[in-house]
Amino acid sequence: MNGQSLPTERRFPPIAEVAVVSMAFVIAGGVYLGAYFPRPAPLAPVVSLLIAAGVLLVINIVAVSRLKPFAWEVFFRVAGWALLAYIVITGLIAYIFVLDHARGTMLVVLILMLVGFAVNVPLLLAFSVARYQPVDNVPVDNVPVDNGSFNVVDNVTGEK
Amino acid sequence: MTADTVGAEKIEALPQTTFQIIPVKGLPFVAVWLVGLVVAIAANKLWALDFFHVVGGAGWTVIDLFLGFILGPIMGRLSLSSRIDFVTKLMPKMILLVPTLVISTLVAGLQLARREHYLLSSYSYHGWVVASIIVVGVMTIIAIGLLEPANLAVLFELKKPKPNGEIVAKLMRRFIYTAAITGAMQVATLVIMTRLAT
Repeated sequence: MNGQSLPTERRFPPIAEVAVVSMAFVIAGGVYLGAYFPRPAPLAPVVSLLIAAGVLLVINIVAVSRLKPFAWEVFFRVAGWALLAYIVITGLIAYIFVLDHARGTMLVVLILMLVGFAVNVPLLLAFSVARYQPVDNVPVDNVPVDNGSFNVVDNVTGEK
Repeated sequence: MTADTVGAEKIEALPQTTFQIIPVKGLPFVAVWLVGLVVAIAANKLWALDFFHVVGGAGWTVIDLFLGFILGPIMGRLSLSSRIDFVTKLMPKMILLVPTLVISTLVAGLQLARREHYLLSSYSYHGWVVASIIVVGVMTIIAIGLLEPANLAVLFELKKPKPNGEIVAKLMRRFIYTAAITGAMQVATLVIMTRLAT
């Protein structure tokens, strides 16, 4: 092992799983509003979903920020491009809502859901890529093992 | 070439592959398509909205069905190195094409439904419209939550000087399974859309 790459798979916190659940909450809120749109929907259920999604997103951001060592260069490269793409995508959807006269609290909720989506997806994509990437300048011998956060397991033999 | 076996998958030491993860030459086409979409929405003309919704939806559905039921099973039977060769040529194009078709279908479809009053709960097929939103929502979760991360991670893994065969095989299995699920969901989309159009 030369320290340039980890030929091993680390065990991470369930960041991808939490991101998918958070995304599912946002989409469920979108389906709920879509069932009522353009009439105003009772907002309590969708606000609850939005808050739950927001809490999970914040938990995920904290969890990702605590990953050490991690392939941050790759993470930010993927996250940046994905964020750009999803700003365009969610911007188009927001444009439709504004064009169709969504206003007031309804518009705020819709925009917040789109923002949550636009942040969640790049985070998920960037983490999914960076988790398999080499950690620069960190010899494998210095990567913590069995410290409660992750293990280093040989991919082929399964040996720690 | 060294080889080992994990489960039923033969894991080989993989060579580094040269390819572009995002085909830059395709970006102008995407930009032109998106500008056309915005113009269609702003103009709010039936033909333009129909065009972007139908062309986007047809492309998205056909790609998902073809990938899920035709190419997916074929890929599953290929050797890992053949699969990699195929994936590195196909997937970068999909990274640009599929999100463009999806956003075109959804945004033009939403505006079309709004314009033609399909979203109103008084519309006789309102339940079918809500069903289509649910199907799209589930497909979005599967595609963005499982399929796309696996696709991107495979491409980045193959860019390494020494790609890890087990990681590539594992992510490709996930890709093939999720492509089959979204293919099946597209059958539901076809049922709903033909019902709405009848």
